[in-house]
Amino acid sequence: MRHQGFTFKKLKFASFEFTCCEGCQLQLANRESTLINFLELLDIRNFRELSSEQHNNFDIVFIEGCISRHDEVDRLIKIRRQATTLIAFGTCACFGGVNSMKNKFSIEEVVAEVYPDMVVETLPVKKISDVVTVDISIPGCPVSKEEVERIVVSLVTGSQVTLPKYPVCVECKAQLNTCLFELGEICLGPITRGGCNAVCTTGKTPCLGCRGPSEEINMPAFLELVNERKLNLEDLREKITFYNAFEGFINYEA
Amino acid sequence: MYLSTKGILAFVNELYSSKPTGKECDGMIYKVISKAEFKRFIDTLVLNNPSFGPRQVDSDIRGDAVYHFLPVTSFDDIAFDYTATASSAKHFFLPFREELSRFAFHGQDWNQHINYDTNPIVLIGLRPCDISALNILDDVLLNGHFPSPYYLGKRKNTFVIGMDHLPRPDCFCKSMNHHSVQTGFNLFCSDIGEEYYLSINSSKAFNFLKEFNTRDPHDEDNCRLVERRKLISNSFLSEVDVTALPSILDIEFDSPVWEKWGNKCLSCGTCAMVCPTCYCYSVEESFAIDLNGATRQKRLYSCNLVDFAVVAGGHNFRPKNGDRLKYRYYHQHRGFAENANQQICVGCNRCGRACLAGINPKDVINDLRMEKESCLTNVSLSPGRT
Repeated sequence: MRHQGFTFKKLKFASFEFTCCEGCQLQLANRESTLINFLELLDIRNFRELSSEQHNNFDIVFIEGCISRHDEVDRLIKIRRQATTLIAFGTCACFGGVNSMKNKFSIEEVVAEVYPDMVVETLPVKKISDVVTVDISIPGCPVSKEEVERIVVSLVTGSQVTLPKYPVCVECKAQLNTCLFELGEICLGPITRGGCNAVCTTGKTPCLGCRGPSEEINMPAFLELVNERKLNLEDLREKITFYNAFEGFINYEA
Repeated sequence: MYLSTKGILAFVNELYSSKPTGKECDGMIYKVISKAEFKRFIDTLVLNNPSFGPRQVDSDIRGDAVYHFLPVTSFDDIAFDYTATASSAKHFFLPFREELSRFAFHGQDWNQHINYDTNPIVLIGLRPCDISALNILDDVLLNGHFPSPYYLGKRKNTFVIGMDHLPRPDCFCKSMNHHSVQTGFNLFCSDIGEEYYLSINSSKAFNFLKEFNTRDPHDEDNCRLVERRKLISNSFLSEVDVTALPSILDIEFDSPVWEKWGNKCLSCGTCAMVCPTCYCYSVEESFAIDLNGATRQKRLYSCNLVDFAVVAGGHNFRPKNGDRLKYRYYHQHRGFAENANQQICVGCNRCGRACLAGINPKDVINDLRMEKESCLTNVSLSPGRT
């Protein structure tokens, strides 16, 4: 691919899933209008959802899911050694995701509930960066394909990879939505990273923070707003811990 | 009413070379129309043109209706008794996202395509403060050294119908002297009971109205108009003292008031998004997915957002919430050189209503004034006896 005197190379690409629903990887095959152009940017070496061919030499790797077993740790370390750029792909990879609810219970309790009378080896949930170095994070439950396209184009062209630093409110206001706080709900929009085009709040569903905290959030002011409106603190706790994306801010909880 | 790209460019050239009057006809023409005939007029207008007017979208927790300017296709779609829309009409002229140009690459060369074309629309029910906001945007975006053809195209192709209204308890447009408006609209309707008193400010509006039954106002109608204006003017419950505000802002540059309100600020940008005059933006250039071209996009941004003042290399000139909030108030209430240091706040209090942290111009400005007054009190204290 040559343009304006520059030569762009396809990414030697692989994608692997760990503990997750594979929904984020499925997004890579979504958005048909640009799918052919998108795949043109990738030399797919290993990606079981799109190709049965499997090669073990790749540079850029997407990791979907969290880590919840010993063998996953070993497999991830091996992938990290091979990859030049490792991308935590989706909310589970970036923060632990919904699976993190497991960490609220003891391992024995969890196994007894899900696999009664069976011997199951399992670990408390870890996000990818707890195990290996992550170069780039693409959050979202699921990821936004549009954002993935933008980032893949940046990787191919050697441009800076960025995520929006502002919260969901910016895009929510552009959709002319009624603020969900004004409808009596707790919404994590004011503290959650934008870039999703406020898809949930546009559907009148409060933001659960799947994209994690926006840059330099004002958690005390956010908690004050929930308190001042006398909203349900149990609801707040449930929302803020839903994806385990606000781990570092948990001390602020009322 | 349609103005094409070619027409817009010609108009921009004219703007470069001369000072525009901002008006389509020299004098205002006044008429009176019955409410039944007005309904017929609006129905005809919206049936034949893409039109937008206030519609109720929700009821909030207090039971108050929430309105937005949305597409309408008949008189009955329009909530003529609405109070104020949650978001302003700004985005019809300055879209939240707008493509500025498109690039096509071929070999070692490239072409740039720019399109100012826009569909003509009718915008119904704007309040005087909303129209004042457009006049302020005209000052910044049309009457400066570099008129914006993008804005001009939308402004010239929008037929604006204004409606007067009784203020909400928190409206402070009277303090900003924007509770009435003399220019910037095609047609303005004052509610004088069974009829509307029409101020016709464009030949377009005059020609449209020729097809409908209107009459010249009598003395009695003029009296009713004066009464109506008096009633509106006397109905304001909120007042913000803006006397000498620009100089107070200069003096209070280092005031602790900014940190106090800054600590509350969520830096979510909501205030700027709903504001009728906040026009700050960011520009992004991105490759097309096929790498054969690129686009340059403009998007409305807010000076309260954390990376508003980040420059290449990563330095942030305004890393603190309070600093960012301060500069928003500076722009709003002290003005910038590009609009002759005029205040650009029109007093609609949309930002105050939308702010989840309870930050609003009235309280912030009063706080600054108290700061100022207490400092004067301290200075004038007599020295104690020894």
